[in-house]
Amino acid sequence: MATTTTEETPVPQEPSTRGGGAAIALEGVAKAYRSGHGTIDAVRQVDLTIEQGEFFSLLGPSGCGKTTTMRMIAGFEEPTSGVVRLAGEDVTGVAPNRRDVNMVFQSYALFPHMSVADNVAFGLKRKKVAAVEITRRVTEILELVELGDRAKYKPAQLSGGQQQRVALARALVNRPSALLLDEPLAALDLKLRQAMQIELKRIQREVGITFVYVTHDQGEALTMSDRIAVMNKGVIEQLGTPAQIYETPATRFVAGFIGTSNLVTGVVARGVGGYSRLDYSDGQQVLVRTDAISGEHVLVTVRPEKIHLGKHQPGTDLSRLRGTVREVVYMGSTTHYAVDTAQGTGMTVFQQNVSDASNLAERGDTVWLSWRPEHSYALPS
Amino acid sequence: MARERTTATPYLLAMPGWIWLAAFFVVPIIGMLWMSLMTGNIVTGFQPTFNFGVYPQVIATYWEQILRSLAYGLCATLLCIAIGYPLAFWIAFHGGRNKATYLLLLLLPFFVSQILRTISWKFLLADNGVILGTLKSAGLLPDGAHVLSTSTAVVFGLAYTFLPFMVLPIYAVLERVDHRIVEAAHDLYASRIQAFVRVVLPLSLPGLFAGVLLVFVPSSADYVNASVLGGTHNTMIGNIIQSQYLVNNAYPVASAITFVLMAILLVGIFSYAKALGTEQVMEVQAK
Ligand SMILES: Nc1ncnc2c1ncn2[C@@H]1O[C@H](COP(=O)(O)OP(=O)(O)OP(=O)(O)O)[C@@H](O)[C@H]1O
Ligand SMILES: [Mg+2]
Repeated sequence: MATTTTEETPVPQEPSTRGGGAAIALEGVAKAYRSGHGTIDAVRQVDLTIEQGEFFSLLGPSGCGKTTTMRMIAGFEEPTSGVVRLAGEDVTGVAPNRRDVNMVFQSYALFPHMSVADNVAFGLKRKKVAAVEITRRVTEILELVELGDRAKYKPAQLSGGQQQRVALARALVNRPSALLLDEPLAALDLKLRQAMQIELKRIQREVGITFVYVTHDQGEALTMSDRIAVMNKGVIEQLGTPAQIYETPATRFVAGFIGTSNLVTGVVARGVGGYSRLDYSDGQQVLVRTDAISGEHVLVTVRPEKIHLGKHQPGTDLSRLRGTVREVVYMGSTTHYAVDTAQGTGMTVFQQNVSDASNLAERGDTVWLSWRPEHSYALPS
Repeated sequence: MARERTTATPYLLAMPGWIWLAAFFVVPIIGMLWMSLMTGNIVTGFQPTFNFGVYPQVIATYWEQILRSLAYGLCATLLCIAIGYPLAFWIAFHGGRNKATYLLLLLLPFFVSQILRTISWKFLLADNGVILGTLKSAGLLPDGAHVLSTSTAVVFGLAYTFLPFMVLPIYAVLERVDHRIVEAAHDLYASRIQAFVRVVLPLSLPGLFAGVLLVFVPSSADYVNASVLGGTHNTMIGNIIQSQYLVNNAYPVASAITFVLMAILLVGIFSYAKALGTEQVMEVQAK
């Protein structure tokens, strides 16, 4: 069923115009690998719904089960328990060649003995699309990825970035209901990677196909995705928009994994204007919204770029901590400061280098760090 | 100075190899070519007479054995592909962590001399031996059935002898085929058979090419199998060379046949390489 629908389906203009319901749904999916010494729980419990036309990222550290999750969607692995649905249909036990999704491999996995055009035409030939139609679609997709002039080349004659685009074209040309990309840019150098991120996003917008994007690069996930699932040790720690994940990390793991985050521990003293206050010596304080009651230990996060660094003691409506500058790193448009607070926690602070703000502090200076209460989040510690 | 030394280094490193080839291949070949053009006998000695007539003479006398050798070699090669390719495929893709063990098992017979192995086949295939005897007494074969002294026995013997030379090179290329490439083919709607025909087989051609050479050349020139398992009607050109050289001491004739065989094999190999498009095959390798 799954394979036949794609053939005649035109490329959808709007993500929501196609089919009813979710493109991909994982319901209580788990995967355990049996090895010589026992079983490895690669994926413990994943529940996901990915909408049609969405750019969805699976983000997490190495070994957290991202590839395994993706391979279960593609059909290369069968879940130990749970159900995988594509366009609402249960595809458990359906072979990869009968699933209407295509994969872009991290290593590209191009066919080395075939030309670029033959690589791209492979899927269409298997689906017995008419020869004229194949030629037309291959030409069209190679134009889209800007490789029209490389059709006759062998993969080995292309640069890494070009091979990457062939891999993308080879999957896209089939107009699958979803494209699965497993760290597709990992092998590229930084500059090319950034260029390809923009390129991928453009292509995804143009074709409107659902993208499931696996990465361990949080910056990549934040800039490209509509929604992100942050995975750790086989479970999803948080699922939300990039802003939600960045601004309000749900767990300590997410806070630590997404960008640099400062973590401050303290004991709740009392409420001030809707915020709880953590008191420290010498008028230092942290204000945060939390359900924790007086006397309870909490963990508070604040992003480096939200902190203001100054010589004078800030007002009582701000979180404020005193510390000593340990390191100053000039980064061009910003300067990064490493500050050891009086409590001994290391804090990272990013300051924009506007003309009058440069040289805010030198190494060894005593400074005040301050930030607005709404920029802190309390995590269960 | 330093620059010159670096350019010379590879040649110096290759020196032992070149010397070896020159001493044990080029010199004997030239010696044999020289010998093939002599006349005389072992008692009175051989004189160089530039007797080119020996070549048409040996071809006219032994064309039947030459053709038979090539035919047997071809059959043995095809048989080796039929048995060896699936074997190599299975070890490479389904061998798991026991690959090394399977390869060792494959090579194990090599630890016994070829003559002994062939003789044990003779014992196994004897008219009333373990296999035929049992089948006959079970009524599964007519009493007169025999395998020994037939071309079948020789071809099977050759295939058995040279099977590892087919399996190893095919295994070596299949081993290096990235499994994700095969997965990519499945992902792009190819069935198992299509993935094999379109992706795995083309990628394994260099190994198959090597295997065919490694089996066809020595089996066409083999004489052990024909002399042990074959009868008087199955003599191969190797048997003629052996008897002319070691029994009749007709060195010029033996040398001439050797050159004829070599020439045929070389022409065969080059046209085979041309037909298969080695360059393209090698290009795949280089990736
Ligand atoms: N075929 C397999 N057999 C046994 N264990 C496996 C297999 N594949 C993966 N694993 C294990 O499952 C866990 C999750 O692996 P997975 O490849 O999904 O991680 P990942 O999140 O993709 O990591 P990375 O970012 O390094 O690619 C790991 O501990 C890994 O060792
Ligand atoms: Mg992975």
